[in-house]
Amino acid sequence: MHPITTVHYLALSAALLLIGTVGVLTRRNIVIILMSIELILNAVNINLIAFSHALRSVDGQIFAIFVITDAVAEAAVGLGILIALFRNKETVQADEVDLLKW
Amino acid sequence: MDVILFLIFAIIAVVSAINVVVQTHPISSAVSLIGVMGSLAVLYLLLGAEFIAAAQVIVYAGAVMVLFIFVILLLNAGAETKRGRSFMVQLLGVPLLIALLGLLVFFVDRLFPRSVTVHFGGFSGGSAQAVGRALFTTYLLPFEVTSILILIAILGAIVLARKELD
Repeated sequence: MHPITTVHYLALSAALLLIGTVGVLTRRNIVIILMSIELILNAVNINLIAFSHALRSVDGQIFAIFVITDAVAEAAVGLGILIALFRNKETVQADEVDLLKW
Repeated sequence: MDVILFLIFAIIAVVSAINVVVQTHPISSAVSLIGVMGSLAVLYLLLGAEFIAAAQVIVYAGAVMVLFIFVILLLNAGAETKRGRSFMVQLLGVPLLIALLGLLVFFVDRLFPRSVTVHFGGFSGGSAQAVGRALFTTYLLPFEVTSILILIAILGAIVLARKELD
């Protein structure tokens, strides 16, 4: 059996990144779009921690902490916007929000 | 042992991630996303990042997902109605995606040396002590700036989500 290398983790990260991108591009429910963004940010975290392990340095994990913090802030603000949107438009579907469409 | 653990949790993570995107009901997606977060926490443990693994479980699988589920229940978001996609997308979407993934992995494999193997306990620089020391010495300024970011995010979320008073 081959040992697990950093490349395996990078491949897993690439897979999660692509799945998350597909979710952002194809789904219309804004809640699921926000969840797909969380998937993308988690893919970034895998990369950072895998490189932290490969380079035997803790710096990558510090960056991962900052990414987690940003993800939480983004989720809070995104869901706040969603609640404000729902109050005005009564919908959570991204394609029904066309306030700026002429 | 490491190989088996990695394979199990990597497969759980990928299958749950696909489930997040495929499910029509937001609650099903949220539960699948908890599966992704949990299995990623185990993978971080394999990489020796104990503190990040704990933070992953507490912050993501705990706080963020509770927030998501709370909003889903609050907005009473139902299942998404299927809308027809174009013929080209149905035919070419998944094969092109797999081809892109293969290309990415191929280039990463060529660029990054295969010499660095991962096994449990091979790197112990991710303890709370090591992370805290780096965070409060080398990265003190970014850490403090992050607190301002969180403050702005809290204010923004409250301002956006409050009811207009007249």
